[in-house]
Amino acid sequence: MRVQLSVNGEKHEADVEPRLLLVHLLREDLRLTGTHIGCDTSHCGACTILMDGRPVKSCTVFAVQANGKQLMTVEGLEQDGKLHPLQASFMSEHGLQCGYCTPGMLMTGYAFLQKNPRPSEDEVRMAISGNLCRCTGYVNIVKAVQHAAATISQGGA
Amino acid sequence: MIPAAFEYHAPTSLGEATALLARLGEDAKVLSGGQSLIPMMKLRLASPPHVVDINGIAGLAGLREADGFLRIGALTRESDLEESALIRTRYPLLHETSKVIADPIVRNLATVGGNLAHGDPANDHPATMLALGAEVVATSPRGERTIPIGAFFTGPFATALRPDEILIEVRVPVPAARSGGAYVKLERKVGDFATAAVAVQLTLSAAGTCEQVGIGLTNVGLTPIKATAAEAALKGKRLDDAAMAQAAKLAAEASDPSADLRGSVEYKRDLVRVLTGRALRRALARAEGKG
Repeated sequence: MRVQLSVNGEKHEADVEPRLLLVHLLREDLRLTGTHIGCDTSHCGACTILMDGRPVKSCTVFAVQANGKQLMTVEGLEQDGKLHPLQASFMSEHGLQCGYCTPGMLMTGYAFLQKNPRPSEDEVRMAISGNLCRCTGYVNIVKAVQHAAATISQGGA
Repeated sequence: MIPAAFEYHAPTSLGEATALLARLGEDAKVLSGGQSLIPMMKLRLASPPHVVDINGIAGLAGLREADGFLRIGALTRESDLEESALIRTRYPLLHETSKVIADPIVRNLATVGGNLAHGDPANDHPATMLALGAEVVATSPRGERTIPIGAFFTGPFATALRPDEILIEVRVPVPAARSGGAYVKLERKVGDFATAAVAVQLTLSAAGTCEQVGIGLTNVGLTPIKATAAEAALKGKRLDDAAMAQAAKLAAEASDPSADLRGSVEYKRDLVRVLTGRALRRALARAEGKG
């Protein structure tokens, strides 16, 4: 089947089998390997991307379902060679160790901060409860999201 | 994990979709949010030769009150239920249920209609809809029909929906004055199925006795369970500690759990007793305007 979709503002077309999962289209056909495959059973959230602005687990969506949709992956966060404040905050607050969950955490965090620009710690923890990290104990990830919220609200980029 | 190959259909009207289902029969599965179906297909627990994606059909999502019912479109996402001010303020039982289904990302795609049509006794909406006395509206080339929720769950992963029918709407009676509800779920972690969960919806009379009560149980039997003996024991009574303890005991007796990694039969049955007591107390407080 022919699908047309926009990824990080760029239009793509591909011929896909209906059973192809969206995460495989992104990684293998479009070579956008920032999106990770973790558990492959919709638990871990490493494959989280935005579809029409909402975080979804791309291992649990068929590529054909993304026909006509606007997607955003972790590659879309950086603009003109400059990291997004959320990415900069994950660096400065040490919000990662191995980095495997990070693309999913960033995409969930990005959508969450648009809905809730000044979240409490509890709200951040609830928001990322569909993204598993096995290294950090979440403490610095929560700090990073709150740090990003403060940076963005002060007009920082 | 790669699902078995299938043919994909993306109808844009209900007529087109139900005609497809009538033609394909048992070979077709309806794809709604896909958050149960796609994992099952990846694990090869399901290998439907045809998948009928209903996401392109307009008008199947949305929440509104009309003609004495809250009408929930089948494609309404759990996150829309969770974020709705109408649901938060008027339907605490539904609001609490939506917040504990799977995880926040899964809820962006998962739908209310899918949660029911999947027929999984571990899903959360079935018990809640049993407690609320909801109705399910289904459509097919033969027309539309309304199925009372009590007749909807016919077995494990089996519902009253016929192969050519699509669930299009869930209707929840608008609660009377002095009503309250609660959903109390024990889960090992966010995203897990319930070890057990209990949904309660009740209405008090002007005199403060229990006029109406619905109690639904999650994941403690082969189907979602309506604890009818517990309900009957409460009707017309003042909801004091003794009455609630008796109802909680009857709800535990109505459960029929299996032992698994989440616990033994004895543990789960006692959990139903404890959670029923908590749900009744929280629902009562809300009905009295204290919740």
